[in-house]
Amino acid sequence: MRLVLTPEQRELREAVRSFLAAASPPAKARDGYDPAVHARLNGELGLSGLIVPEEYGGAGAGMAELAVALEETGAALLPGPFLATAFAALALTRAPDKELLTGVAEGRIAATLALPLVPDGLAARAEGGAVTLRGTLPRVLSGTEADVLLAALPGAPAGDGSGTQGEPSSDDGTGTPGESPGGGRAGRSSDGGPVLVAVDLGGAGVTRVPLETLDLTRGQARVELDGAPARVLGRLGADGAAAVADLVAVALAAEQLGVLRASLDAIVAYAKIRVTFGRFIGSYQGVKHKLADMHCKLEQAESVVRHAAWAADEDPAELPHAAALAQAYVGRACFEVARDHLLLHGGVGFTWEHDAHLFYKRAKADEVLLGPPRVHRARLAALMEAGAPVAGEA
Amino acid sequence: MNLDDYRRAARAWLRDNAPVGEPAPEDAIAHAKDFMARLYDAGYSGITWPARWGGQGLTQAEERAFAAEARPFSLPTYVFSIGLGMTGPTLVDRGTDEQRERFVRPLLRGEEIWCQLFSEPGAGSDVAALQTRAVRDGDRWIVNGQKVWTSVAQHADWGLLLTRTNPEAPKHRGLTMFVVDMRDPGVTVRPLKDMTGRTHFNEVFFDDVAVPDAHRVGEVDDGWSVAVTTLLHERLSISAGVGMGRAKDDPTSLEALRRTADTSDPLVRDDLVELHIRTRALALFNQRLAQETEAGLFPGARGSAAKLLLAELTLFEADLATRLAGPSAVTGSGDGEGPGPLAHAICLAPAMSLGGGTNEIMRNIIGERVLGLPPGPRVDKTVPFKDLKVGTQE
Repeated sequence: MRLVLTPEQRELREAVRSFLAAASPPAKARDGYDPAVHARLNGELGLSGLIVPEEYGGAGAGMAELAVALEETGAALLPGPFLATAFAALALTRAPDKELLTGVAEGRIAATLALPLVPDGLAARAEGGAVTLRGTLPRVLSGTEADVLLAALPGAPAGDGSGTQGEPSSDDGTGTPGESPGGGRAGRSSDGGPVLVAVDLGGAGVTRVPLETLDLTRGQARVELDGAPARVLGRLGADGAAAVADLVAVALAAEQLGVLRASLDAIVAYAKIRVTFGRFIGSYQGVKHKLADMHCKLEQAESVVRHAAWAADEDPAELPHAAALAQAYVGRACFEVARDHLLLHGGVGFTWEHDAHLFYKRAKADEVLLGPPRVHRARLAALMEAGAPVAGEA
Repeated sequence: MNLDDYRRAARAWLRDNAPVGEPAPEDAIAHAKDFMARLYDAGYSGITWPARWGGQGLTQAEERAFAAEARPFSLPTYVFSIGLGMTGPTLVDRGTDEQRERFVRPLLRGEEIWCQLFSEPGAGSDVAALQTRAVRDGDRWIVNGQKVWTSVAQHADWGLLLTRTNPEAPKHRGLTMFVVDMRDPGVTVRPLKDMTGRTHFNEVFFDDVAVPDAHRVGEVDDGWSVAVTTLLHERLSISAGVGMGRAKDDPTSLEALRRTADTSDPLVRDDLVELHIRTRALALFNQRLAQETEAGLFPGARGSAAKLLLAELTLFEADLATRLAGPSAVTGSGDGEGPGPLAHAICLAPAMSLGGGTNEIMRNIIGERVLGLPPGPRVDKTVPFKDLKVGTQE
């Protein structure tokens, strides 16, 4: 198990950090998505292709490297579809598609992924080899900025031999595949499991409604599909779909680690310059001790994220547990630290002009992005009960 | 020898040599000394200590490998822990060659037992406020005063003693460190009954105890910097112990609670998940610190975060275990054996938050030395010690 960054990973961190400090500091985040910054991030640093396999023009790096990048984009509260595209790329590593992977690697295509991966209420219709989708995805991350939406459809029902492999089938157009309850992550191995499909969000049959969001720095959209053409990319299988969900959880935790770290850095810096009653506020134990506790959360959060990224790259058996732990611990720690960083700023932290609320809002939006946080805790309980391996107890 | 071979050899040695069963209480010390001699002769004592002074001159990797192999055996090394964890490393770092030659090998071989004599009734967190006096008398020093919280003093042959040698100087600049002979007739050791009803510590009284100047460690009036070395080793040895050396029958462990609590109750499940999350997050943090140390990145004051987290986890565990058990947690069975293991655990739990620096002191250290926050105003740093208020003022 490796929990310490390699020299190469530290270099990557420095490169992303210094780029973002100049191109997209947190103060700029409230201006929203800047396609020029996004293009430079992907062009100059090649970040969108970080985890794309080399055969598709990417860097072929692992989750450990992606986590380093996401920690920095999180710390900068980078607006736009970078995280959503990373989610999509993680799914594409399980069902590779040359056109999409090449486009993501080149920074030409911004993509997003349905959350949950197998959305509720999505009906597929297959006619003469063409598949169309009908239904509404109520909240799609960066749904307005992304070019392509990836989603998984439940596999063909068991015993239905009519559909060809890797192709959803539907006889009546009312949505046989989509009728299966959402989630779809568990126990569909008998039918081959979920299938990954791609929809061109700028194409026919797609309506996007931008949503008002708590997080001012990153948008979501309602996506209404009405006979939108979909391309079948490949079968994820139950295991593959579960793995994608775990990878998404780890990637989000890496962003949350960055938000946590940046919040703590901001309030520590302020505590060294702000004076009350003739003293710097950081000299008061009422402030200092709270900051010390926040630092403890940062140390543990970083350890949990490094471990989860290592498991994603090296130990598939450990991944489910590591991913659930990452969301259960880091999601909460991130919000708590962002909250306390805001409070310790005093009244100015409650103002619109100050950046504190941007971190607070991103932390809350991230904490609930993958469902109510209790689902991660419930999953940990289930994994403990199943005796899932806990690597590296020492 | 590569690490795997080392581990295998250690495992084989432990299997053949680790003591089985408990000796009679009156034989415990002789039994422990006999084991320590065999441990040393086999090359497993002082694994990372310099070979010149009797250590093995190996790395943290071998030490950790041996510790991991030894964990299941509960080796009888407790009585040597102060010497091995604190006073011995201090002598290696700061002693004279004559002192290293005289003391280190017998310490590692268990021939001599050590204790540490810093804290006093009036000087706990603020240990530099200590009042035990050493007055120069030719080539020796005469010591008078009282120490407290002294583990294993009743068995000790030698003590590392911090004294005040110059009350005219500011408090940190008038201290001197000595090695004191605990068998001197002027040394009186009295057991101190703590809140568990047991005696883990002692009070030690010094009445005109003569200490040769050759037993001085470091320069006259520079004892504070020696003490800082000792305290650093203390914190490292505490934080390195996280998740290690835990009694197999600990009734507050997650494993024990999973056996005894009703895990179908959703409230119980959430409590156990919380315990699991905290335990894993801290274990991973400690593994990361260990990996950094191995990579040559000295964690320094960040070890205080691990110690603080362990202290809080220890209280949380015992508190949770008693709440889950209900009324039976606080009553014995009328057999004269006391109120039972959970009652003992909740009594013992505060010790980790107090020994080796209180939680408040840990937060000060994290705030000032890790985060670089300004210190609070100090009234005690520049005035002569004799003009300061110390201890408890009625």
